[in-house]
Amino acid sequence: MHSFLNTSRPPVYCPGCTHENITSNLDRAMVSLNLPAEKTVMVTDIGCSGLFDTFFNVHALHGIHGRALTYAAGLKLADPELHVIVTMGDGGLGIGGAHVLAACRRNLDLTLIILNNFNFGMTGGQYSVTTPTDAVVGSEFLNQAEIPIDICGIAESAGATYVARCSGLDKDLPEIIADGINHKGFAIIETLGMCTGRYTKKNRLSPKILDQMVEDLPARSGLVERNIRPEYGERYRALCKEKNIFPEAITVEKEISLLDYQHQEVAILGSAGMRIVTAGDIVCHAGLSAGMNVSMKNDYNITVLRGQSVSEILISPQKIGYIGSNSPTVVLALSDEGVQQRKKIFATLQPKTFVIKEKSVDIPETPAEVVEVDFKELKIVKQDWALAALCLMAKKEKAINREMLGIALQARLKGKAYAGAMVIAEKIFGLNTL
Amino acid sequence: MITNMIRFIIILIQRYEHTEANMALSFMEGNEALARGAIAAGCNFFAGYPITPATTIFNNMLKMLPARGGICLQGEDEIASMGYCIGAAMAGKKAFTATSGPGISLYSEQISFAIGSEIPLVIADVQRLGPSTGSATKGADSDIQFLQWGSTGGVPVIVLAPKDALDCYLLAIHAFNYAEEFRCPVFIASNKEIGMTKESFDLESVLLPPIVERKMFEGDNYLPFAAEPDEAPPFLPIGGKTLVRQTSSTHGPDGFITNDPEVIARNQDRLRRKILSACNRITLFEEDIQSQSDTLIISYGVTARAVEDASRILAGAGRPVSTLTLKSLWPVPEELLQEKAKSFKRIVVFEMNLGQYVHEIRRVLGDKKVGFFGQMNGVLITPAQIMEVIGNA
Repeated sequence: MHSFLNTSRPPVYCPGCTHENITSNLDRAMVSLNLPAEKTVMVTDIGCSGLFDTFFNVHALHGIHGRALTYAAGLKLADPELHVIVTMGDGGLGIGGAHVLAACRRNLDLTLIILNNFNFGMTGGQYSVTTPTDAVVGSEFLNQAEIPIDICGIAESAGATYVARCSGLDKDLPEIIADGINHKGFAIIETLGMCTGRYTKKNRLSPKILDQMVEDLPARSGLVERNIRPEYGERYRALCKEKNIFPEAITVEKEISLLDYQHQEVAILGSAGMRIVTAGDIVCHAGLSAGMNVSMKNDYNITVLRGQSVSEILISPQKIGYIGSNSPTVVLALSDEGVQQRKKIFATLQPKTFVIKEKSVDIPETPAEVVEVDFKELKIVKQDWALAALCLMAKKEKAINREMLGIALQARLKGKAYAGAMVIAEKIFGLNTL
Repeated sequence: MITNMIRFIIILIQRYEHTEANMALSFMEGNEALARGAIAAGCNFFAGYPITPATTIFNNMLKMLPARGGICLQGEDEIASMGYCIGAAMAGKKAFTATSGPGISLYSEQISFAIGSEIPLVIADVQRLGPSTGSATKGADSDIQFLQWGSTGGVPVIVLAPKDALDCYLLAIHAFNYAEEFRCPVFIASNKEIGMTKESFDLESVLLPPIVERKMFEGDNYLPFAAEPDEAPPFLPIGGKTLVRQTSSTHGPDGFITNDPEVIARNQDRLRRKILSACNRITLFEEDIQSQSDTLIISYGVTARAVEDASRILAGAGRPVSTLTLKSLWPVPEELLQEKAKSFKRIVVFEMNLGQYVHEIRRVLGDKKVGFFGQMNGVLITPAQIMEVIGNA
């Protein structure tokens, strides 16, 4: 009879270990399904269950403890034709628990066989996440203070579409495994077994007791009706198909030639919600439209709807080196929070530095030229103060001019936003008092 | 090394030319440039987990890869993200992930696997101050030694260091090329100050390195880890006609676990030699050597830009200094450092940490006086600080 078993590397398990029976029955399941070896991969991790990949003549990936499902997912998504079979012990189940949950939620077409033998066989019989509270294991008393998990129950609540549990000595094991492999989606099969090298030395366990344990636990026999849904890979590929427009990079052509443009540093000091980053982007675009090099550093709170929002822009005919601000040539003081973030700069500003200060904002003493504006009185809402300040900058030909700003606004704002910006621009440019 | 040097000099000349009329400049943050460079290199798989300041690499890959028929995933954690990349790379994909220092910590065991089992990957580390939240996410070159030594096994790795957005694009291509050629994880040590700073650059004017593809095995009787003593083994994907074994265990050429000390030693030696014997070829750098200067400033990353500004100001003041900007940090370009430092009385190293790479420079230039300045406070080193150090040292 055909077999996938590697005759030059027969199983090396302790006498009586259930893993050996699972090896031969997994082979039977694979034979019964007539799996193509070149499209089948055995993915394993650390521990005695991690030896499985060496017993079969299929592709193999033997990884690190508890992470087998992560490689399996990468393989399956990269090559959807692969049959991916994962073996994992109760040790890997514990350390890799997040991956088991993710696999259940995702429903990628993988088959996970958990070889639960209630302890860490390889390292001395320490307790695992499935060790019974009353078992005598290699971790002294520690297991007595915890309870074992029911991975099948967890899998079902995490969204697994196929969950089965049986004794590793179950006579129907080939069919149970074959059924799991055949399932289109994530299949999790928990087998209960005997670790004769460690666990059964101090704990009574027999084929009959294993059967009894399976019977005492909630029955899990395959398809989970309430979780049935499309397989992840197919769903993923269908969603991706709709995303067929590649976002090209933003490039800005030089449209304006400026003579004698000097290196400029613009600091916009505002708060969350004032569209400071957008304003910074507009200033950069304005600079780019004149063929200048630009850079922009933003600083905002981690809770993005509160706190300061600061944008620092450099505009230069030369290549920009240091991207911090040495000495701003224009400062827009639009909120106390923003000013507080950069309060140290005010004393060091040059007399020719142009500062726009909204009336409600306090700024520290400064030798710079300060223009105070009452945007509130001009009936400009706070979200538009940065934009209004840009218009004023352009009006005074500080760092940008009207033409540059016009190009930038047209490129960066669309529809209503653009129309709104135009209203503000007209207001600022039309004022005789500023 | 000569070819690399010429390539970078050409790039430099092109970059310093003043902007021509009607020329279009790209405008993006370093993280987007890195993502676009990865796409240009043929990357077709990305898995990552959100972390400031690296998240926008993931965001960009998620916008770009599906449109190009690639796959982009958010892992349930960093460990999973690396696992997805490892699986995909073994199926033949060009895999990429991006994180920051805390994520590198979590990647570590998977990185050890990828190094020891010769799995090609590119890992962007957009560096920050440290773990946790808040100012921890401000910029620093905090992981320069960690990237080399933060895995078990002590095998040499390749670490590239961009100084700006254009470098992010170019070095992403180099990184994929190296990953494919040497079958190893390649790190790009970026920094929040590069990754999240938007800037203009002229992509049209640079020469992109040609794309290197993985060397595939041809012939019969494939042994997945059989290779020349200083090379990576040829590749075959899991899922192809020939059965492939990949293993995290110490293995012989056949990919099966081995306890034979000679076989183990031969493989370990090969992992080391495949990188170190190609060191000069891997090395990337820029230089500005001033004939009347007695001081060589060595820097990398975002700090190199402040060094360039300082050196321009000093030259204008009649006190020229020379600069060497390293674009590849590991393997340490020992020959380059010795050759460039030879004629200088004084070497000064600047880096955005408390002194990491300076240890390598002092080790290599044992007979030289090597000064150091660094800071680790979330703030860029300024040109003024550099000039002060140069003036006082």
